Amino acid sequence: MTRDAGGSRATDAPAAAARQGDAPVRSARLQRALGHRSFLAGAVLTALVVAAAALSFVWTPWPPYEIDVMKKLAPPSAEHWLGTDSFGRDVVSLLLVGARNSLLVGTIAVGIGLTVGTALGLLAAARRGWVEEAIMRLSDFAFAFPALLSAIMMAAVFGPGIVVSIAAIGLFYVPVFARIVRATANAVWSREYVLASRAAGKGPLRITFEHVLPNVASVLIVQATVHFALAILAEAALSYLGLGTQPPQPSWGRMLNEAQTLLFQAPRLAIFPGIAIAIAVLGLNLLGDGLRDLLDPRLARRR
Amino acid sequence: MTLFLLKRLATLVATLLATSVVVFVVLEILPGDAAQMMTGPDAAPEAVEALRAKLGLDRPAPERYLAWVGGLLTGELGDSHAYGAPVAGLIVERLALTVPLAVLAMTLTAVLAIAAGVYAASRHGRAGDVGLMGLTQLGIAIPNFWFAILLILAFAVHLRWFAAGGFPGWAAGAGPALKALVLPAISLAVVQAAILARITRSAVLDVLREDFVRTARAKGLSRRAALWGHVLRNAMIPVLTVMGLQFASLLAGTIVVETVFYLPGLGRLIFQSISNRDLVVVRNCVMGLAAMVVVVNFVVDVLYAAIDPRLKPSDA
Repeated sequence: MTRDAGGSRATDAPAAAARQGDAPVRSARLQRALGHRSFLAGAVLTALVVAAAALSFVWTPWPPYEIDVMKKLAPPSAEHWLGTDSFGRDVVSLLLVGARNSLLVGTIAVGIGLTVGTALGLLAAARRGWVEEAIMRLSDFAFAFPALLSAIMMAAVFGPGIVVSIAAIGLFYVPVFARIVRATANAVWSREYVLASRAAGKGPLRITFEHVLPNVASVLIVQATVHFALAILAEAALSYLGLGTQPPQPSWGRMLNEAQTLLFQAPRLAIFPGIAIAIAVLGLNLLGDGLRDLLDPRLARRR
Repeated sequence: MTLFLLKRLATLVATLLATSVVVFVVLEILPGDAAQMMTGPDAAPEAVEALRAKLGLDRPAPERYLAWVGGLLTGELGDSHAYGAPVAGLIVERLALTVPLAVLAMTLTAVLAIAAGVYAASRHGRAGDVGLMGLTQLGIAIPNFWFAILLILAFAVHLRWFAAGGFPGWAAGAGPALKALVLPAISLAVVQAAILARITRSAVLDVLREDFVRTARAKGLSRRAALWGHVLRNAMIPVLTVMGLQFASLLAGTIVVETVFYLPGLGRLIFQSISNRDLVVVRNCVMGLAAMVVVVNFVVDVLYAAIDPRLKPSDA
């Protein structure tokens, strides 16, 4: 067990502070968050992507699926701010709808990994013995299949598509979250107040929900943010390969695939979707870094 | 150490066996009728039947599994449906590209990351450190295939120093062949190096705070000598671990990057075989990649024990 990420340093401070929830504590926290540079930058960038996705539901400059061959590969203009692609579709509209797609994949993939992985990790910590051993060995060898490889394997069987890629990324996250939760939860189980609750007759289920889960939460929030970013990268790669999002549904990865065949005619098409991916991933990573510092000062990176 | 090696070796074999079972179940049993899937929905029933017999699908699954694992051990992997050639030969041919590419990319990653990480740590808190770490944040956020496209745009489309893709083959000489691997290796390495540089930096900073470093400095060792002589060796442990883990994503990354540059490597073979529904090839290639990941992690664990004498066999 050499690779458990610093989980043994779980802390009770944030949970305790959250329980109090009185105004001075909250405003002090808010102030700290606003003064934290990477949290602030990450929050702004993430909000930008979420806003773009939300906006795409109600408004896009042009209908994103409208093909107009007469206007294909138009340069940026007042009419089409970032120009049009090889089908004459408006690039800004495609980027906006693409944000929706990336966020959807991240949300569901992290959702699968988070719920199943957390349940398994909590179970492993609560039961120990062969249950823990089985779960950990299972997660050990799941690492032999990087997310991209497992997605490719599943695409070979079930055919390419967005559902298959989400499922593959999510499944790959299950052992990731299971390990993180188990390591943190084990540390909580060995604390004296848990011992006291057990002596008082509380069952494992009650202890898990009353003591362990709240203490694992802050670590989980940070990891969920970081893995959300990784899911966006994985989906982009799969869609670039043609195994993820299928046309005509716009996706940043697919846009890059289409742009590559036009590098000589319209190099700008290869720039914008990449910037969009980088903004989303950078934002989430900075947000994760910031949350780590804010939620759990003892896990903070040195700066 | 011997006991540790033996135990670790047993885990390695068990992991490989478990991996092979998963690959077999997913790619042989889940598709239902593999022969139907490989020939396509409109294939003539006779063609499906012929392929079914050829693949030995009429035999029970456990027997097929044992035959496959036996084949893996002896190098008899069967024939590719799409290429009509032995799979083993195809894989060896493709490895001649993927292995040098992976080694080149990993070396580049290590050199870039350790240089940047040590430099940033030695300038802790100053402009060089802050600037480099900002750059690594950006590096982590960039998808490797997009970086590859940007490199093509800059060095192939504009400057015309490199070809936009393709591979002349080793028969054309080491020079042109290596030249075709430069851009792919850089695009694989940059993202990984960004992550590894951050790990290196924090590992070096951790060790710099330790007492023995202060002692070494007090003995009159220069800052530089202490850094390279004492600190780096001790900081290598987390760096090596992460490098081992990165090798897995690097191998997966070759699937994408080989596709960007149209390189005939193992990654591209997998990708093409999926489009061709060539399950025999997919199964063996996926097993091959997964096995490489498992073996590399084994090597890292052993190196780990060799570097750090504090890691006693019992807690490894």
